[in-house]
Amino acid sequence: MAVKSLHARNNSLSDPKEQLKFLSNGVFQNGELPKFAEKIEPLGHLPLKPAELEILQVNVGYMCNQVCTHCHVDAGPDRKEIMSRETMESILDVLKNTTVHTLDLTGGAPEMNPHFRWFVEEASKIGVQDYIVRSNLTILRANKKYHDMPSFFKEHNVHVVSSLPFYSKSRTDKQRGDGVFDKSIEALIELNKVGYGKSGSGLKLDLVYNPAGAFLPGDQAGLEMEFKKRLFDDFGIEFNSLFTITNLPISRFLEYLIASDNYEDYMDALVDAFNPAAVDGVMCRNTISVGYDGYLYDCDFNQMLDMKVNGSKTHISDFDIKALSTRDIKISQHCYGCTAGAGSSCQGTVV
Amino acid sequence: MEKTYYNPKDLKKFGNISDWNPELGAKFFEYYNSVFAEGKLTAREKSLIALAVAHTIQCPYCIDAYTDDGLKKGIEKEEMMEALHVAGAIRGGASLVHGVQMMNKVNKLSM
Repeated sequence: MAVKSLHARNNSLSDPKEQLKFLSNGVFQNGELPKFAEKIEPLGHLPLKPAELEILQVNVGYMCNQVCTHCHVDAGPDRKEIMSRETMESILDVLKNTTVHTLDLTGGAPEMNPHFRWFVEEASKIGVQDYIVRSNLTILRANKKYHDMPSFFKEHNVHVVSSLPFYSKSRTDKQRGDGVFDKSIEALIELNKVGYGKSGSGLKLDLVYNPAGAFLPGDQAGLEMEFKKRLFDDFGIEFNSLFTITNLPISRFLEYLIASDNYEDYMDALVDAFNPAAVDGVMCRNTISVGYDGYLYDCDFNQMLDMKVNGSKTHISDFDIKALSTRDIKISQHCYGCTAGAGSSCQGTVV
Repeated sequence: MEKTYYNPKDLKKFGNISDWNPELGAKFFEYYNSVFAEGKLTAREKSLIALAVAHTIQCPYCIDAYTDDGLKKGIEKEEMMEALHVAGAIRGGASLVHGVQMMNKVNKLSM
């Protein structure tokens, strides 16, 4: 696994422009593979337009206790980009004045933001329908100050969505680092103890699976069955749903694809699995992603590629729902990751 | 003509076999898809069987396809290797069980 972020290694791919260049060159430049725009144009989806805004996904910072090989955020302990309380206040204002029904906090490890608890408390007062925190699990066991987090989540009726790439130690640790599996299992047991994932508790605990390598996720329902069986049989762990997410060819996963000579085959597999039916449900159509510094993006991936939303109002302090609802969504070849097979979003498949 | 007998890119063209006989091609692929659907055996179990058979018939296309399929289905590499040993055992056993025929013949012809 990578021990440092691209950023810390001064790797050229830490520059979003370099990544975008890569995604438009080679097989996409010589016409061997069609560009994403060419693929969605015949479907009447060019320009790609938003549907009703339902989800505000907020990246509260790139700091993380882990350095996973596939991370599209290039997160890690060395990343100091953290959302300020002022930006969080702007987000709360937006939440009070829109019909957004889902608030989705992500990172890095969101729990590491010093204003995290305050933000959760304030946002839960506003009463969004679905309040998601994306936890990498190990952070809950990383330090005593996080040990009460399961109870804190429960108190604010947070919907916990946790990454667990696999139900076996070897595949998990290979992607996320040594010891991650055991710590994740400990954290899941703690979440179960306060009621998360238990039927009738009303406390939702969903898991996110993403492939540990250059292959696409399999059938979500089949994998969910397998995860449920294995986690329950081996550890007595229960959870609600499994979301399968396709790895997008950006940041550290892009670095891995290039270094392992899998890039072209992976892009070929994504293009080959293009599913026109998945285009309707891509998450950029009902989501706005907010960066740690308050800038707005069509999705978390565009955020990492520094592709701000189209238009003149690109910051949370200028949030203009009218302008956003008529914007053209920015696309590039990484978008194939969301339209492959049954589609992929932060809520799993879309078809 | 290709310079090699196998080209990984040809796997994607499997469907082209229908071009020169659409009727039989369509029947074959319909059958193929039905075979691999969830049934009394799970799609996961079928994928492992396919992987073992692929190695028995030594089809590079099938090995590629069912290794990838196995990874997608969450099959672990140790499970894949166990399946291959089943194929290997049957294959080796098939040679060795014919040893009985050899022994019969030797016994018949020897004084």
